[in-house]
Amino acid sequence: MHRALPVLAVLAVLTAVWYLGAWRMNTPWALAQAERAGQELSAGELFTATMNQDRPRLPAPHQVATELWKTTGDMALRGKALSKRSLIYHGAITLGSTLTGFALGVALGILGAVAITYSRVAEMSLMPWAIVSQTIPIVALAPMIVVLSNAVGIEGRGVPKAIISAYLCYFPVMVGMVKGLNSPSHQQLDLLKTYNASGAESFFKLRLPASMPYFFTSMKVAIAAALVGTIIGELPTGAISGLGARILIGDQFGTPLAIWAALFAAAILAGVLVTVIGGVQAVVLKRMGMAR
Amino acid sequence: MMAVGAALAFWLATWALNVALARSRWRKARAVRIAVPVIFGLAVLVLWQGLVRGLEVSPVILPAPSDIAVTFANSTETLWEDFVQTVLKGALSGYLIGCGVAFVTAILIDRSAFLTAGLLPIGNFVAALPIVGIAPILVSWFGFDWHSKAAVVVAMVFFPVLVNVVQGLKETEAMQRDLMRTYAASYWQTMLKLRLPAAMPFVFNGLKIATTLALIGAIVAEYFGSPVKGMGFRISTGVGRLAIDLVWAEIAVAALVGTAFYGIVAMIEKFVTFWHPSQRVG
Repeated sequence: MHRALPVLAVLAVLTAVWYLGAWRMNTPWALAQAERAGQELSAGELFTATMNQDRPRLPAPHQVATELWKTTGDMALRGKALSKRSLIYHGAITLGSTLTGFALGVALGILGAVAITYSRVAEMSLMPWAIVSQTIPIVALAPMIVVLSNAVGIEGRGVPKAIISAYLCYFPVMVGMVKGLNSPSHQQLDLLKTYNASGAESFFKLRLPASMPYFFTSMKVAIAAALVGTIIGELPTGAISGLGARILIGDQFGTPLAIWAALFAAAILAGVLVTVIGGVQAVVLKRMGMAR
Repeated sequence: MMAVGAALAFWLATWALNVALARSRWRKARAVRIAVPVIFGLAVLVLWQGLVRGLEVSPVILPAPSDIAVTFANSTETLWEDFVQTVLKGALSGYLIGCGVAFVTAILIDRSAFLTAGLLPIGNFVAALPIVGIAPILVSWFGFDWHSKAAVVVAMVFFPVLVNVVQGLKETEAMQRDLMRTYAASYWQTMLKLRLPAAMPFVFNGLKIATTLALIGAIVAEYFGSPVKGMGFRISTGVGRLAIDLVWAEIAVAALVGTAFYGIVAMIEKFVTFWHPSQRVG
């Protein structure tokens, strides 16, 4: 409670600011409607009129919450959780690509880290390019990757989205793992040498376990990056399923409520994913005796 | 097939050269440290060229680097126009506003422990969110021109920079702050002479993350409507009408700009935080 209080207070202030913004931004439209109908609005009436518009410039928080409930929980209760209009369906599509890309990116990152730890040539030639690769705005490549994978005969968008996610999330894993694999001290490495441990043994019994705290920390960064990558992959024209596509379609059909609901669904998904990894981290590190 | 074989032979030769360089006694020399990745990059380009030419890959799927270079040289005017629209107007103005506002907000928040405790977790959470998603909303609020792109960039860079600055301002130790108090230093003297310099490594960490985010934001926002120029516009329409070599030229510009932007911020960092252990050479 001690730590939740400030967070809740700040959240309350943000919500208040949001309501204020919704009131200010939706006022012109409400006034125009009233003028067309030939009626005068009192201040109170004006306020309620700005809170319940169908296509507001800025929807009020409760509108977004209602829309979010209507497209998730309500549909699930009516047994249509996997209908194409439900955000659960679109969230699942996004989640699938995110996890595929994440797995690919983590595997690449670990392989790269092992190569860099054990081979000086790899370190000298790969590391600078890995850094450069992160300064390139990947979205510039997103439409390109979609076209490319279409051209080589890959149907659908799952693969290109996963590639973009993997591109975004391999780097934090690689950097974290390089640090982690090099974290054992000279003394520890020397000790293994006096035990006559082989390279593989010292990798699996010392370097890999020692890198776990670093690994989980970078996994949390990577899963968030993978989700961003998937959503960016869904944004360029043509996508029809996934949370990013919901944002795109909401934009094309002029339904701001759908955009906001999809945005919040993405935020919730990100929160859940990071929390799950945090939970796994806590359990694994505790069992390995490394809990802090 | 000749071209493929030659490219593969070149790849092996350069890899052998790199191995030799990395094992030689000059491996610590600055020139070698730069040469090795450059040679590696060159080998990748040659391999790409050889594979595309040798396997006769259609230029609609993947153009050869030489084709991209020719397109690049022929369309410098278009590329420059897009650069000005997207990078100078959209990304850079948004970056400056976003980082500036985040910096000032962080210093204001820092005075209240309550606000810091409340905003830091929220900021950390928001920094991990796919904020690019608000691009269509901001485009509909601020119009098609670069203002909406700058707004997207502001929204994207704000929280990462804020979180890093707040974190950085916590860096000083109680001892150091007490020392300033024994000198009878005022709040602003302590801020300017002790806490801000100590925060600089964190500040620059945020600023470096923000460079890439700024370019991403400016380019993605153009997918949702833009005047008939700009890198994102050119890429999305170029893909549509199969002008793939022009798209690659834009990607090359984006890559160069991204690297240069990051490099400039990193250079300023080196100049400002020369005292920090991470800047030590050797």
